[in-house]
Amino acid sequence: MKKLLTFINGYRKEAVMAPLFKMLEALLELFVPVIVKRIIDIGIATSDTMYILKMCGVLFLLALVGLIFSITAQYFSAKAAVGTSTRLRYSLFEHIGTLSYPDIDTLGTSGLITRMTSDVNQVQNGINLTLRLLLRSPFVVFGAMIMAFTVDKVSAVTFAVTIPVLSVVVFAVMLSSMPLYRLVQKRLDKVLSSTRSALNGVRVIRAFGREQEEIKEFEQINSELNLASRKAGRISTLLNPVTYVLVNIAVIVLIYVGALRVDSGIITKGSVVALYNYMSQILVELVKLANLIINISRAVASSKRIEAVFAVKPTVTFPEKGAKPDMTSDIAVCFKNVRFTYPSSSAAAIADVSFSVKKGERIGIIGATGSGKTTIINLIPRFYDPDSGEVLLFGRNVKEYASGTINELVAVVPQKAVLFNGTVKDNLLWGNSDASDEELYEALDIAQGLDIIASKKDGINEVLTEGGKNLSGGQKQRLTIARALVKKAPVLILDDSSSALDMATDRKLRNALSKLDYSPTVFIVSQRISSVIDCDKIIVTDDGNIAGIGTNEELLASCDIYKEIYNSQTKGGVANVG
Amino acid sequence: MSAEKAPKGTIKKVLEYVSKYRFLIILSLMLTVINVSLTLYIPLLFGSAIDLIIGEGLVDFAAIRPELGKIAILSVICAGALLAMNLLNNRITFNTARDIRNDIFRKINVLPLEYIDRHPTGETVSRMVTDVEQFSDGLLMGFTQLFSGVLTIAGTLILMLKINWKIALVVVCLTPLSLFVARFIAKHTYKFFNDQSKVRAEQTGVINEVTGNLKVVKAFNREKAELKRFGEINERLEKVSLKAIFYSSLTNPVTRFVNALVYAAVAFVGATDVISPYTALTVGMLTSVLSYANQYTKPFNEISGVIAEFQNALACAARIFDILAQTPEKPDSDNAKTLKNTEGNIEVISVNFSYDKNREFMKDLNFSAKKGQKIAIVGPTGCGKTTLINLLMRFYDVDKGSITVDGTDIRNITRRSLRASFGMVLQDTWLKPGTVRENIAFGKPDATDEEIIEAAKRAHSYSFIKRLPNGLDTVIGEDSGSLSEGQKQLLCITRVMLSLPSVLILDEATSSIDVNTEIRINKAFDELMHGRTSFIVAHRLSTILDADKILVMDKGRIVETGTHKELLEKGGFYANLFNSSFC
Repeated sequence: MKKLLTFINGYRKEAVMAPLFKMLEALLELFVPVIVKRIIDIGIATSDTMYILKMCGVLFLLALVGLIFSITAQYFSAKAAVGTSTRLRYSLFEHIGTLSYPDIDTLGTSGLITRMTSDVNQVQNGINLTLRLLLRSPFVVFGAMIMAFTVDKVSAVTFAVTIPVLSVVVFAVMLSSMPLYRLVQKRLDKVLSSTRSALNGVRVIRAFGREQEEIKEFEQINSELNLASRKAGRISTLLNPVTYVLVNIAVIVLIYVGALRVDSGIITKGSVVALYNYMSQILVELVKLANLIINISRAVASSKRIEAVFAVKPTVTFPEKGAKPDMTSDIAVCFKNVRFTYPSSSAAAIADVSFSVKKGERIGIIGATGSGKTTIINLIPRFYDPDSGEVLLFGRNVKEYASGTINELVAVVPQKAVLFNGTVKDNLLWGNSDASDEELYEALDIAQGLDIIASKKDGINEVLTEGGKNLSGGQKQRLTIARALVKKAPVLILDDSSSALDMATDRKLRNALSKLDYSPTVFIVSQRISSVIDCDKIIVTDDGNIAGIGTNEELLASCDIYKEIYNSQTKGGVANVG
Repeated sequence: MSAEKAPKGTIKKVLEYVSKYRFLIILSLMLTVINVSLTLYIPLLFGSAIDLIIGEGLVDFAAIRPELGKIAILSVICAGALLAMNLLNNRITFNTARDIRNDIFRKINVLPLEYIDRHPTGETVSRMVTDVEQFSDGLLMGFTQLFSGVLTIAGTLILMLKINWKIALVVVCLTPLSLFVARFIAKHTYKFFNDQSKVRAEQTGVINEVTGNLKVVKAFNREKAELKRFGEINERLEKVSLKAIFYSSLTNPVTRFVNALVYAAVAFVGATDVISPYTALTVGMLTSVLSYANQYTKPFNEISGVIAEFQNALACAARIFDILAQTPEKPDSDNAKTLKNTEGNIEVISVNFSYDKNREFMKDLNFSAKKGQKIAIVGPTGCGKTTLINLLMRFYDVDKGSITVDGTDIRNITRRSLRASFGMVLQDTWLKPGTVRENIAFGKPDATDEEIIEAAKRAHSYSFIKRLPNGLDTVIGEDSGSLSEGQKQLLCITRVMLSLPSVLILDEATSSIDVNTEIRINKAFDELMHGRTSFIVAHRLSTILDADKILVMDKGRIVETGTHKELLEKGGFYANLFNSSFC
């Protein structure tokens, strides 16, 4: 809740004004019985029609002023609620952006999405209603109690007993329903995850004819959500009937006590009527409050879930003011006894990895699936921190750099070709937002992507639908390569980025990459011997370890694993075909 | 569809959904009647109890005690009815929400691929989660407050009529004003709620895109830029939400103001009536009428509140029904054949197809695949290989021409049996959140562990599965957590190895797997597919050298056909492609 309060703080004025005006409105309502009493006592008693008309005019004025107060209150509370939730959503999005790779692996996408959508909506709703009613209800309830004491102290004791009992009931319901609402949101996460999975996996699900099973599974998850919602709802619905019975019992006691006191001549019958009316006012207010309580419980449950995300501090943090890279250093990248384990895994993904790479060298990384190739290159831009050992980039430990510096130093083409909504140009500008059109075309030329642009109606301004669904896998890969090239970073990493390219295009791409005018240090992760064969150095990985480092010739002479890969890909007279 | 009103029929469709719970609704209505009549009756009893307190020494205790006892019992009954009613309403609305979610999910599974490919995932997800949630909230409020509100109004009206018809007439005449105001506001807020839903969906789209690909965003240090994009939508959402919430929350104060007018009018008419010598209205009766006038107007407040909430709910419902109303994949024709023991003779005859019907793509495609043949498809990226797979699997239907399996047009074969005979491994590796075992057994849920392990060994995935923390029971999280792209591909291959299809389609299935493993996997596939037809899209020539037929595609057309040797001798497009790939 603390975090949430800081967000409301930005709307302090609105958050104070809303309940204040709401209270003023309630105060005006308290005048109504007084006016009516005057109509009866003065207007009717003296048969003064003009007086009655005048008093009714006052009633009208009270209503009008009340309306203005109330609209003001609604405006302030809507503004505070919407404003707070907007800031909350923004800063949640911002916070999620600061999380590092290991945190993303742990948190999961669906949970993050529900928190930013459904949970924030609940909080908004909760704030809005709280500001409108939370102050008003206790005001009316305690106001009625104080008024009761002015009427008859002894009878008013009933109020003093009833109100704490009612408070206990209200809080008990609220506290016991909160964890249930949290469960509801958690189950909602699962519904969301299931829906996303069904949409993303639609081809596989249909190919295997598994629609019915998926539906059944979803129905199961959905019915769990249903059960949780109903359970939470059940507790909340208890509030109204229970308070109704409690208040009526209080009224019965009140009337009986009142009867005794009237009988002994201490108070008048009119006082009993007044006391009864005050108790009724409390009931009406509690009914309103009961509806509010559900929303508050849900909002609190949701805000706790949101806070849980805020509480996750990025595992990989960067220094504010980072070190300056030593660009004169001869060594671009250096690994020293590096060991790394993924958060969800028990075994190390790589261990004892040491090597160093000179500036401008082209490094190939080859090895079996799951042998640690991607893990190694993920440590260079510090997506993860190693368990032990050091990763040096231009003479400094990567941990010493500010995140902006690393971004300037390293350009990555991830294994999975992901593009974003927007035009091709928008996507390319990710590499460098200041790049000119010529630079973009140049990058596209190197990435063999010019023909993609040529085939599109709007050229570089062609709009890509979600994730580039309107492109083929190879087209996407070439655009992601171009995106990285636009950056012109001194270190370029290609993580098996040409797997969907046809052989001819791949070859042209490699040729173009070797002639880059800014001569970056290039890492090429690949399955194909042909992609790495002419590299200055080839790193051979095997089961998380380095099995050999050297040129093609050196490795052929010394590394059995490399020899095996080489032979398997070059036999049958199709050497170097890849 | 006007921008200000929910499309016609939305309410009708909502009613169709809840009509399933007809019985529960009737029961809930009956309980409401009990609850409302007791709520109105109990104050009368209190009144008469108070009337027994006349003054000092004049209190009729003998009459008061049973009266109070009666009130206590009725209060409990009243509360019981309220509780039961609430529970029923809870059940009705949450079950309706569940039904709608189930229907959306079912719909997702029958929607044409075209719809799914064209609509952002986040948008559909937003309908499933947020819209259904808001809809059910509105529905719940409607149920709990609308009926009881109407009944309370009717009840108080009757009681007022009994006391003084003139005042009742004033009330009845002024009431429409309150309804008119509520309607006026509701009509105008619908637009804002609708806008809110739209912007919200757009925002969910961005959230889904960025959160789902957070690693790429971070790799390019684009957090700030994406935050800016998000912030822009967020601000738009703020504006429209503020409008929607503020204008809808006007309903309550404004109707309350109208009600206060009614109250003042009743006070005036009543008071002058008391003064007038021609009527029998007493001060006491005026007090009752005023308190009833007060009670009478409260449900109006509630109802108008419900109406505001309902506008939001309807806006959401309209979006939900929009997806439910989408035409599903054309259902299998009535005489559609079930494909059994597929031979695997496939014929593609003069097929035309394009995604965008204004731009011609695939034209006059012809080829045939005989049982047991291995067909390789090669060509530059974007040449139409993936499209061909879309057509073979009937994810899309051809525009012209036909595709036949064992002589039957695939449009005359049930989709299920067609797809069951085809095994497919796609470039895009999708695994469902679940255990490794569930994923491998996806196409054959009743597979034994021995079969699963056997398939895993053949697909060369067993060695890494063994090393996972819990082996086959390791849970693969959303987005497949820390599995490498190659490991995911291995699992996808294992999945298809287990289901043993009659026709196999491999679309770059081994692109992220190291070549040695790939060769072994291909060997396993060759053994497995002996006598069966297979289609292979690959860039690595080694995997297609021994194909019985190579289809060379370019720009949606087949430009050459033949074996590797024939095509090389021909010295055409393929030979160029092949030769250029020498380093």
